[in-house]
Amino acid sequence: MKFVAVSSCPTGIAHTYMAAEALEQAGKAAGHEVHVETQGAAGSTPLDPAIIAAADGVIYAADLEVQARERFAGKPSVDVGVKKAVHDPTGVLAQAVAAVEAGVPAEDAAAAGAAPSAPRPATKVDANAGVGTRVRQWLMTGVSYMIPFVAAGGILIALGFMVAQVAWPGNEGPVAVTAVPVEDLITSFSITSGQDWAVLLYQTGAAAFGFLVAVLSGFIAYAIADRPGLVPGFVGGAISVVIGAGFLGGLVTGFVGGFLALWISRWKVPKGVRGVMPVVVTPLLSSLLTGFLMFVLIGRPIANVMEGLTSWLNGLSGSNLVLMGALLGAMMGFDLGGPINKVAYTFAVTGLATGGLTGDAVQYRIMAAVMAAGMIAPLAMALATTVRRALFTHAERENGKAAWLLGLSFISEGAIPFAAADPWRVIVSSVVGSSATGAIAMAVGSGVRAPHGGIWVLPLISNPLGFLLAVAVGTVVTAGVVVVLKGLRPNPVVQAEREADAAAATAGTPAAAQPATA
Amino acid sequence: MSLPLTSADLVGVDLAAADRDDATRRLIDLLAAAGRVTDADGFHADVRAREAQMATGMPGGVGLPHARSEHVTAPSLAVGKLREPVDWGAPDGPARLVFLIAAPAGGDADHLQILAALARRLVHESFRQSLLDAPDAATVAEIVQREVVPS
Repeated sequence: MKFVAVSSCPTGIAHTYMAAEALEQAGKAAGHEVHVETQGAAGSTPLDPAIIAAADGVIYAADLEVQARERFAGKPSVDVGVKKAVHDPTGVLAQAVAAVEAGVPAEDAAAAGAAPSAPRPATKVDANAGVGTRVRQWLMTGVSYMIPFVAAGGILIALGFMVAQVAWPGNEGPVAVTAVPVEDLITSFSITSGQDWAVLLYQTGAAAFGFLVAVLSGFIAYAIADRPGLVPGFVGGAISVVIGAGFLGGLVTGFVGGFLALWISRWKVPKGVRGVMPVVVTPLLSSLLTGFLMFVLIGRPIANVMEGLTSWLNGLSGSNLVLMGALLGAMMGFDLGGPINKVAYTFAVTGLATGGLTGDAVQYRIMAAVMAAGMIAPLAMALATTVRRALFTHAERENGKAAWLLGLSFISEGAIPFAAADPWRVIVSSVVGSSATGAIAMAVGSGVRAPHGGIWVLPLISNPLGFLLAVAVGTVVTAGVVVVLKGLRPNPVVQAEREADAAAATAGTPAAAQPATA
Repeated sequence: MSLPLTSADLVGVDLAAADRDDATRRLIDLLAAAGRVTDADGFHADVRAREAQMATGMPGGVGLPHARSEHVTAPSLAVGKLREPVDWGAPDGPARLVFLIAAPAGGDADHLQILAALARRLVHESFRQSLLDAPDAATVAEIVQREVVPS
């Protein structure tokens, strides 16, 4: 027969693994196939869903609550506790065989979720770690699921700009591509039209970008509360985008949604209601509360702040341009697509619409300063991950490669994974460098008529060398600051990964030469 | 891995101990002398707390006291071979081999992989027997270093 088992114990360093080994050995001796998922302190590797599906029965040798128990729903099972599995694995196995032969229906079949054997997304959470570490692990879980969206969406958008640059006459492509309505793409896509391809790339990328904050928020909540956290997390993240709260709002909704779901799922409820808790009650209530918080309590203050900043900026027009560039740059670098960033960007774009502007109008110079500053955060993170790899997690290093292209394309969101994982250090360094860039771009008198495109609209930029200088200086400044700040206080997640790498490297040589004999 | 899990100075052969607590203390003293445990009393209290939850006597005459504790500086294993077996709460008899696992409180999964590998090896009788047969501390440490490899 084939069995799957879960072992766990209070400390998670001894019994968990002894029980696993004992069950596997006893299975081998009795001619049964036994696969054990050790839910211990060393982290647990979830069983392959195919193995679970093929199993005849389940053995719970667990003294802690079994994680993701719903995967095993509907299979005959025995629940013996970890100690019995260590001391009498053969007896436990016999018990499990008997249960399978009797066809004992699992007592938890009714409580299982809709998809019993669906593979479960991994989290980076270690339940035994301290509060600070766990907060970081929750963040990292959200960030690690967001990174593919950033990379895929950002690169699609950048490719859209590149193709557009070629497909449109003159240098108007990167601007024109964003103006084509989606309806035109649907009704009249032509496979031979470069313009249509550019619009397709741009719109697909933009759709992927629409998920960024929701995925970040949703998987932070998932890491906190497991499956019940997904709905309030995603919904909260989506609302955060609607009310303009950006990724900082998404961080808030991830934590709020996660803890609401965790709290509600722990309510003591009558047995009749328990079955509908995970599917209906918990997601419904936690989403409603998250929605109330975001729309009613957080939405208005954010709107007020944006309004106030906008009128303040409008009042500043005509004062010292270099200072204004520094200020706009700092705003662009602050929240990477969030409310502050949006105020600065909208201020610049609105200026472009002013009628009868001359070639060197202040509005064009403001746009250039804003665009240059918006390129800094992703470029600087890309540079920092290149020169100081050891300060970043594996996922961040991968994201750093995509960030080069995103930064060059003026897609500030490329830096969000870095900022979400380590907000203070990344935001501080981003503000410093972006501010410098904004000031320099103003000082050298660059101007641009395009609201998007980054390096791809360079032909439209006056004094392009000055513009590039401003971008280069800001990139180096931000990368330098973030490297110093991260170096001061090493991130435990990064250290753990580094030690794991070192262990893997050494284990590969001497240990392999002397394989353990049983 | 900066420090190996165990070494000859963390192994006590022919250890005389009155009972479970005494045997544990002797091994803790080895860890403290090697600087791997900063506060012997504090760590002892953590191990006792774990032992009170559920005795860690394992089949085959093994005691496996362990704790994750803030008094531990590096993941460590102290091994004791007792002159006279002492009761460790296992149903199949007293323990002659005692493994004291000291894990730091932080959540570094890679350290814990090694401890997991050790726990898995302990199930194998051949491994236990080779340690019982080992003539001195250096041999015991060498066997553990060689056999305990994270999977």
